[in-house]
Amino acid sequence: MYQFINTIFIGITSGAIYSLMAIALVLVWRSTRVVNFAQAGMALLSTYIGYEFIQRFHSFWLALFLAMVAGAGIGALVDSIFMRTLFRRVAHGPIAGVAPIIATLGLLGLIRASLGLAVGNSDVSIRPPVSNVGYTISGHTLAFSPLKLVIVSAAVFLMIALSILFSKTNIGLSLRASAFSPEIARLAGVRVDRVRTLGWAIAGAAGAAAGMLQTPSGTGALSPDSLDFSLLLVFGFIAAVIGGLESLIGAVLGGVLLGLVLAFVLTYMSGSLVFITAFVLLIIVLLVRPQGIIGMNRGRRA
Amino acid sequence: MTTPSAILAVERLSVDFGGLHALRDVYLELYSQEVVGVIGPNGAGKSTLFNALCGIVAPKDGSLTLNGLSHPWPKTRELADLGIARTLQGVGLFPDLTVLENVMVGATKFVHSGFISAAFGRSRDESHLRERAMLALERVYGTSLAHIRADSLSYPDTKRVAIARALVSEPRILMLDEPAGGLGNADIEWMNGLINNLKLQCSVLLVEHHMDVVMSVCDRLYVLNFGEVIASGFADQVRRDPAVIAAYLGAGI
Repeated sequence: MYQFINTIFIGITSGAIYSLMAIALVLVWRSTRVVNFAQAGMALLSTYIGYEFIQRFHSFWLALFLAMVAGAGIGALVDSIFMRTLFRRVAHGPIAGVAPIIATLGLLGLIRASLGLAVGNSDVSIRPPVSNVGYTISGHTLAFSPLKLVIVSAAVFLMIALSILFSKTNIGLSLRASAFSPEIARLAGVRVDRVRTLGWAIAGAAGAAAGMLQTPSGTGALSPDSLDFSLLLVFGFIAAVIGGLESLIGAVLGGVLLGLVLAFVLTYMSGSLVFITAFVLLIIVLLVRPQGIIGMNRGRRA
Repeated sequence: MTTPSAILAVERLSVDFGGLHALRDVYLELYSQEVVGVIGPNGAGKSTLFNALCGIVAPKDGSLTLNGLSHPWPKTRELADLGIARTLQGVGLFPDLTVLENVMVGATKFVHSGFISAAFGRSRDESHLRERAMLALERVYGTSLAHIRADSLSYPDTKRVAIARALVSEPRILMLDEPAGGLGNADIEWMNGLINNLKLQCSVLLVEHHMDVVMSVCDRLYVLNFGEVIASGFADQVRRDPAVIAAYLGAGI
């Protein structure tokens, strides 16, 4: 019984982290129609910046905030300098559709390699800001700690805040209009370039939050070739696809669903099946329900 | 007495597409509160003319005058601030937004607050845009559509909403790209009435194939053929111009 409950807790917590990454991917997708593989690199860089702030200010929370600000800045720079130029150069070429995606893969490699050069390969670590020791109920230790509670709350909070931004503000309106068709939005008077950069900035902040919260909840170790960040990207991407790539709520549900499935496979079957399960789930969703679990079944260009 | 200067004047406009002359030495003037039609056979360059005015294609040559002042060819993002709004042939509504939201998108030039305050304020801007959008919908008799998603509108209604989205920016120049295209007789009747009303608030430049519409709403016409203006003038004169009849209109209009 406790094993079952703990599996659910593990699933929800890891799912919440995937959700944060998925939210970042969905934001960039929604505002610029790019699947941003560099998101993992941007998150890693932001987390390193967060680590530096922890060393300086000895406050995880301040560092988390500053890392998110840095993540937003990185996102804005990547879009306004790199992606904008790229879009201008390949706007009508034969590779116009794939160039931005390949470019983000290149950027991912570039960020990781540069970070490796800058900090070397020695691991540093981020200690949990609140206890990561599980709550106990009548002698049983649960796989749910104050830190995990923070993580889950952060994912839910970001989802709600961003959903309100998208559906209730004129910025959200501009974001949705630009995502559907930059040309038409521009004709209608929307400052499309600014709006897209804003989408990247918010995604950068969400990715930074994912990186900062993930690191202490795992081993705490942080390194430029961190496997954790690769997994974060892969699982975040799968979560976003399960959620339909369009929807913030879908991203969170997709993350939690993925987390739960993987936790159950890990507990009741075998650790070696976790990866296979994740990819099988991705392929099944793509084949059976490509619009995602809550996606709307409709072409994007009417 | 001086003649009033045109609010928009195009001179010697040429556009090339890889050696092909899409437009050559095109001229056009638009005065306040008039409806001017640009007509011509398919491929004559009507859309290219619109696209050049909207910063979608770059002219090779030519000059533009707005309100008597020479102006560089506008970039698309400057149009709203210049008081120019345009509807598209393909209508181009955002399908997953409601009608009201679609119209609000057209009013974003009225938002002056920064991102942060707009994001957290939810604010006056938001309700301000909403009011403007409702007023624009009222002008096309579309307020009852406000909360319907754009992708579930009937085709004639999408045309209404597209015009509302252009009107909400309070343009001085409204460019309509085939406003009657695809409409049935009853809706065309309605569209004629609307365009005649619009004249009270702004000038209208329209591209249209439907000759009934052209003749009932346009004060003046420019006829394009193979990228050149072959005739221009008051609608009744133009329809009797032999060159026009030969090139485009056929024997009987």
